[in-house]
Amino acid sequence: MNAKQEILNRIRAAGQIPAHDTARDYLCGTEASRSDIIADMVAALEDYTAIVTIVPPAGVGDAIDEMLSEAATVVVPPGLDESWRDAAGRHGRAVRIDDPPLSKADLDATDAVVTASRVGVSLSGTIILDGQPDQGRRAISLVPDTHVIVLDADDIKATVPEAVAIVEEHPLRPTTWIAGPSATSDIELVRVDGVHGPRNLRVIIVDQTLDR
Amino acid sequence: MLDKLKELGSSIGLNPADWSEQDIEEQKLGWYPGHPTPDDPLRWGRTFPEGARETLQNTQMRRNLGYATGKIRTKRNTRVEELPDWEELREAGSLIKRNTLAHLPELLETFEQKVTERGGIVHWARDAAEANEIAYSIIAAKGVDEVVKVKSMATQEINLNSYLEERGIEAWETDLAEMIVQLSHDMPSHIVVPAIHRNRSEVKAIFEARMEGRPRFATNEPRELAMAARAHLRKKFLSAKVAISGANLGVAETGTLAVYESEGNGRMCLTLPETLITVMGIEKIVPSYRDIEVFSQLLPRSATGERMNPYTSFWTGVTEGDGPQEFHLILLDNGRTNVMKDEVGREALKCIRCAACMNICPVYRVSGGHAYNSVYPGPIGAILTPQLLNATDRKDPATSLPFASTLCGACYDVCPVKINIPEILVHLRHTITEANRGGLPNAWDVAMKGTSSVMSSGKKMERAGNAMKAGRLAAGRDRKIGHIPLPVAKEWTGTRDVPAPPATSFRTWWNDEHEETK
Ligand code: SF4
Repeated sequence: MNAKQEILNRIRAAGQIPAHDTARDYLCGTEASRSDIIADMVAALEDYTAIVTIVPPAGVGDAIDEMLSEAATVVVPPGLDESWRDAAGRHGRAVRIDDPPLSKADLDATDAVVTASRVGVSLSGTIILDGQPDQGRRAISLVPDTHVIVLDADDIKATVPEAVAIVEEHPLRPTTWIAGPSATSDIELVRVDGVHGPRNLRVIIVDQTLDR
Repeated sequence: MLDKLKELGSSIGLNPADWSEQDIEEQKLGWYPGHPTPDDPLRWGRTFPEGARETLQNTQMRRNLGYATGKIRTKRNTRVEELPDWEELREAGSLIKRNTLAHLPELLETFEQKVTERGGIVHWARDAAEANEIAYSIIAAKGVDEVVKVKSMATQEINLNSYLEERGIEAWETDLAEMIVQLSHDMPSHIVVPAIHRNRSEVKAIFEARMEGRPRFATNEPRELAMAARAHLRKKFLSAKVAISGANLGVAETGTLAVYESEGNGRMCLTLPETLITVMGIEKIVPSYRDIEVFSQLLPRSATGERMNPYTSFWTGVTEGDGPQEFHLILLDNGRTNVMKDEVGREALKCIRCAACMNICPVYRVSGGHAYNSVYPGPIGAILTPQLLNATDRKDPATSLPFASTLCGACYDVCPVKINIPEILVHLRHTITEANRGGLPNAWDVAMKGTSSVMSSGKKMERAGNAMKAGRLAAGRDRKIGHIPLPVAKEWTGTRDVPAPPATSFRTWWNDEHEETK
């Protein structure tokens, strides 16, 4: 008998196990106001040592420029908003478009990355990327030292269930949840940022309701 | 003085010959030698009392452990209190996992089909040997002699690293704590923070002695040490062709897999190499994609006391142009179907490996993970290990584990999927006791007795304390003989009767006594 059959037989031989309906009595949404949700998101991200700014749509370029001030080279996904890409290239910064895909060594030699994002969760300060052309493949937001994420304020949900409902529309996309920069607490539980992934996380929240 | 010390040691059941050997070893190394890799990571061949007797002598380890578990517990409590719906989430988590067990064959078949549709290759492994063989044959076919690894309990359980090493393939652990454990030729002592028993000075000594290029550090600051690990591993990530991971969950409905981590080493392994091999226990399935919303709230808060761990990766088979282009999934039984047979005990299969039960367990916190003689220590290990091994015979050291508990109930309170660990402990004690009625007492009974005599008598406890003082004087350091600070002897050694779970008084007592660790 092959291993699969044998394992399935063993499970069945273990006897009937009663099923239960899954009660989902936990919170799925909240009554929180939009401004509270944004404020919670900022607080949770800052708690994870991310640098956060809130700007009107017209301010994204300047914010990107500022967040990249220490970078000399930047990788961007092929579908990134053109004006954002231009902002990444200000002050002579070299912009590398990940199309055709950069080699691992090239990525390793790149200081920063700018991506868009799919959805955020204010309750836990999490931002979710699902690999669409404005976010790029997973490696580009992993290898460079600084990750600048642009997040639309309207894409910030209060709770995890609300965010999962959105990513669930495309469950097969490779999806990365990010909460703060890479961190370890493995030595005496002292938090050290930037062990393997990006050492710096910078978030630009775009609020459509703000005027310039 | 040394004679006096040895005499005191012997009087409380310690073997002075052992610790003098370890002492020499430790002096040479600069760190406590820990536990060498055993043949079977599920069962190292000693009983809990024997293991505890050794670990209790290591005061430094106990100090490291007490500090770290105290800190995680405080964080966990804060993060759990933030959520008004914690109990509802626990209930949902528990029911989802029960449903998984109720429908496991169908869920596994759907899962296999979905992974396959997305270009993944699914393998089934009845036991550790079969899983190792499959992993090795995939790696061998790639013609590489090293692989990078994401920390994973499943691969620890099957001893994959040793298996590969014997065949000339080096498996690099890339989680910082796993790397510390691997470099010091030690075993993990905790399932989330495997090097919890090490302090910064020991880590520095380990890195200086064993890391490639034998670096020298100016300080023992965690930042400096972590940055050395980063530099060391970056090269591996960029060059590795094959990676190996475990999985925190697999979604049957879509074939999606998940890894929750902090350092980004997981993302590196899951993304950069061309081939990915994932080893996953068959019980890790959840039915629907939506279930992610439950475990993504329960797991990080319970495991590390964070609102969310820094990185979580979800992937389904292979995605063109993004991540590995060849994906193998090994579905592992290795005793899980034994656990399923037991109506009460099968609840242990709901475990999501958060380690909250370890961090709160008064027995784990003084005896440390190595005392359990298995990769699964603490309360969950005490119920899971003997069941995975189908151990009921008193001669099997794994049957001592269900007795390694005070039954205080704290593990049940913190468990995010509501596994009633005390109930299962009592149930297993009963099963083991029943299976061994009659016959002569064996080494295990005698060992239990030995521990009992230390811990049941105030006088001997006092002597143990004195021995520690003498140890300081004689050895010039204070880590050789531990006092045994727990009034748990009766329950630890309740080998004959099935004790009823006590009221909550122990826990209250414990909290009052240990305010300072909060
Ligand atoms: S038994 Fe519960 S508390 Fe312990 S590791 Fe498993 S899920 Fe966590």
